[in-house]
Amino acid sequence: MNAPLVDIRDVSHRFGQHRVLRNVSLTIEAGSYTILLGPSGSGKTTLLSILGGFVNPSEGKVLIRGQDCTSVPPAKRPTTTVFQDYALFPHMSVGGNVGFGLRMQGVDGTTRAAKARDALALVGLAAAFDKKPHQLSGGQRQRVALARALVIEPAVLLLDEPLGALDLKLRRQMQDELKAIQKRVGTAFIHVTHDQEEAMALADHCVVMNDGRIEDEGPPERVYARPATRFSATFMGESTILAGTVLETGDRTCTIATPVGPVSLPSALPRGSAAALAIRPEHLVLGAASAGTKLGKADVSDVVFQGSFKRVLATSVEEPSLRFIAKLPATAVVQAGDRVAISCDTDQIILLTD
Amino acid sequence: MRSVARIVSWIYALAVYGFIFLPVVVLVLFSLQSTSFPIPPFTGPSLRWYEAVLSDSRLTSALVNSLLVALISSAAAVTLGFLSAWGFARFVLPGSGLLRGLITLPLTVSYLIIGMGLLVLFNWAGVPKSLLAAGIGHVVINLPLCFAIIYSQMGDHQINIERAARDLGAPEWKVLLLITVPVMAPAIFAGFFLSMTFSWDEFVISFLLTRFETTLPVEIWNLLRSGLNPKTNAVGSLVFAVSIVLVVFFELTLLRRKPA
Amino acid sequence: MNPSGNSGRALPRASDTLPWALVTPALGWTLLFFVLPFIAMGLSSLTAHEGGGFTLTNYSQFFTNPSYWQAMVNSLEVTAIVTVISVLLAYPFAWILAEQVPERWQRLALMLAVLPFWTSYVVRSYSWLLVLAQNGVINRALTGIGVVSEPLQLANTRLATVTGFVHFFVMLLTLTIFANLKQLSPSYRKAAADLGAGPVRTFLHVILPLTLPGIMVGAFLTFVLCIGDYITPQILGGNNELLMPQLVMMQIGRRGDFPLASALSIILMAVVSVAYLACARWLKIERT
Repeated sequence: MNAPLVDIRDVSHRFGQHRVLRNVSLTIEAGSYTILLGPSGSGKTTLLSILGGFVNPSEGKVLIRGQDCTSVPPAKRPTTTVFQDYALFPHMSVGGNVGFGLRMQGVDGTTRAAKARDALALVGLAAAFDKKPHQLSGGQRQRVALARALVIEPAVLLLDEPLGALDLKLRRQMQDELKAIQKRVGTAFIHVTHDQEEAMALADHCVVMNDGRIEDEGPPERVYARPATRFSATFMGESTILAGTVLETGDRTCTIATPVGPVSLPSALPRGSAAALAIRPEHLVLGAASAGTKLGKADVSDVVFQGSFKRVLATSVEEPSLRFIAKLPATAVVQAGDRVAISCDTDQIILLTD
Repeated sequence: MRSVARIVSWIYALAVYGFIFLPVVVLVLFSLQSTSFPIPPFTGPSLRWYEAVLSDSRLTSALVNSLLVALISSAAAVTLGFLSAWGFARFVLPGSGLLRGLITLPLTVSYLIIGMGLLVLFNWAGVPKSLLAAGIGHVVINLPLCFAIIYSQMGDHQINIERAARDLGAPEWKVLLLITVPVMAPAIFAGFFLSMTFSWDEFVISFLLTRFETTLPVEIWNLLRSGLNPKTNAVGSLVFAVSIVLVVFFELTLLRRKPA
Repeated sequence: MNPSGNSGRALPRASDTLPWALVTPALGWTLLFFVLPFIAMGLSSLTAHEGGGFTLTNYSQFFTNPSYWQAMVNSLEVTAIVTVISVLLAYPFAWILAEQVPERWQRLALMLAVLPFWTSYVVRSYSWLLVLAQNGVINRALTGIGVVSEPLQLANTRLATVTGFVHFFVMLLTLTIFANLKQLSPSYRKAAADLGAGPVRTFLHVILPLTLPGIMVGAFLTFVLCIGDYITPQILGGNNELLMPQLVMMQIGRRGDFPLASALSIILMAVVSVAYLACARWLKIERT
């Protein structure tokens, strides 16, 4: 009974000589909203295609509800895909599109129309039943694609960059709706995106991918606050990265030599090993001496006003190749050319494992 | 200076229009006079030669033959072209590039040579000259055209549409009938229409491969042997008029509709 | 290229026969009625007309008999003249249609410009015969106003063949060049003007180079269609000066000499292939 809804076991895939997935394992719980986050070429779309049955993995297995689905064709598995370009049938009405899956199951016309109307109502498009896809806006087509996939009640809904074609404002609005719809229908959603804000806003479970591997996974709050790898720390939100080596190892802490001075942290790394530290922009303190860890001085090179805050870039005086990224309140008084002391709360320094 | 250039370009355009229309105007004009020679001075108007054409059973049966050959060979060409375009666009086949090149190869060879080849082959194999033989030749010239047009329209978006249909549970034959054919209809129709016009107007293959029963262009050619003949003017004008009506019809109905 | 592009092609799965069932009819047709005839023609061209048996005389005749050789020279000359004149006439015409004619009338103007396309192909050449004949429209007009006292010999000349061809290819090239000009973004012209180029220099340095690949494709198409055409030279040029297609047809018609006709066809095709290879560089530019 405790078997996960989807169980991806050690999947690898290559296109010709090119390895796009390397030994990926992942489990997905029923009713969860999972985001596969990564840059283009990270393998996230290929992983989704393997889940949907459009690509057969070179190695590994995919189990859905405990059944081996690795080479089951798309139609025969309990997944449905919402395509990036929506792939609505241009010659059919919206109702015909939404009812298509039921029609293939042999459901009679009246039931089909009723269910299609319900699905359209769910996505807030009840009035569009008789329209043609080309009469709809981008956001509306997106909803029709969603309704078409949901109406056949899949166990897992796969979304391939579903908001990629929408403008920013509409994307944020659709995000909220997607989340609400998912909560209402309770279907497991697996959603591919390269937009980290989208990932943080939607995910119950966030999977960060890079270069065919899973870099990090977990609740978005955890991935943001304690990223496991350097990639995760810079892709899911920004970070200042300090590279260094372990100088001393104490009882429960160790001291790491960095270009801006030694930093002591609770950890048990062996002496002499390389280490990387990440600090989130909102945790850097400029100017005022703080009780935390001192990180030397820096010259402010850029101050960008972002409305609710100021984004500040500063170059370290001790190490000119090191760039601090900080987020200050909108009221902070700072300008380009200022030389400031940099520090941060020791608890907020993230020790990366790679 | 500007206006001089403008006037010069208008004069040039009118001169080219004049050149393009001169033979057509002469053709139609002298089809309308009753004298036995389609030459000046114009003594018209008379429909005498149109009556002669319509009561000439050889011309009318050639016209029916031409229509039949055009319809059947175009239907065959578009069917073969569509199926192969679908196969090549949707599946990874070994040597796909080479095989696609083979299908489009006849496009680069002149009709005369295609006709010659078929003549030699049929002569050697003992296949008699007939409308069927000419129709086979017309499929050879139109199949690559239909293939190229339809294949070029099977883009990634179409591929995704079919995948969506399969994902929603449609078996292969339903994908074909309910999704692919309707979505590809404009390209299929364009291929069919172009094939029709090429087959309808084709001379040299029909000339080489038919004998007693023949197509309209060959029958007109036979008329030409008697020199300048107003009957030729009349039949040429009729074909022209029918073509114009069809072109205007298609222009107003199908091409006007812009797919999303 | 993008490796994920591959994912668009569903790999043949359980039903491996389906993709082959789709493409085999078209491939079979092409093999049976295009490749096989070609092989038959090749074999035939190596056979003696009298008595069969292997021979190369069908080919050697072409190089030794000056009248055969002359037909190829004529064909190449006529084709070259037609291609050059057609491009030179069609380009300014297409340019006027695309640039000078108001947008809303362009479709109509273009449709009118290619209207005679829809006359039957045989009839089109015949119409020129009406215009150019001894007692045709042009000669009547010329003698009527007293420019010449005797009718000119216009029909059954190379001039007549070239006129008939140019008429057809001006329409074809106007279509392709017009499409080419319309594809150019208007911002090119605006950018050139913004950078200080006058209309003449904009045309020479921007418009012309950008449309050149399209012109090359059109010119090549003209070359291929023109050199293989039988009707136009037969109706308008008569038998005073033979072109290659006429020579081929003559072998079949008069003497039933299939081997020689096959050899001449293959030589004609070889010339077109050489022209294709020579132009391939330009033709490729268009495709990318």
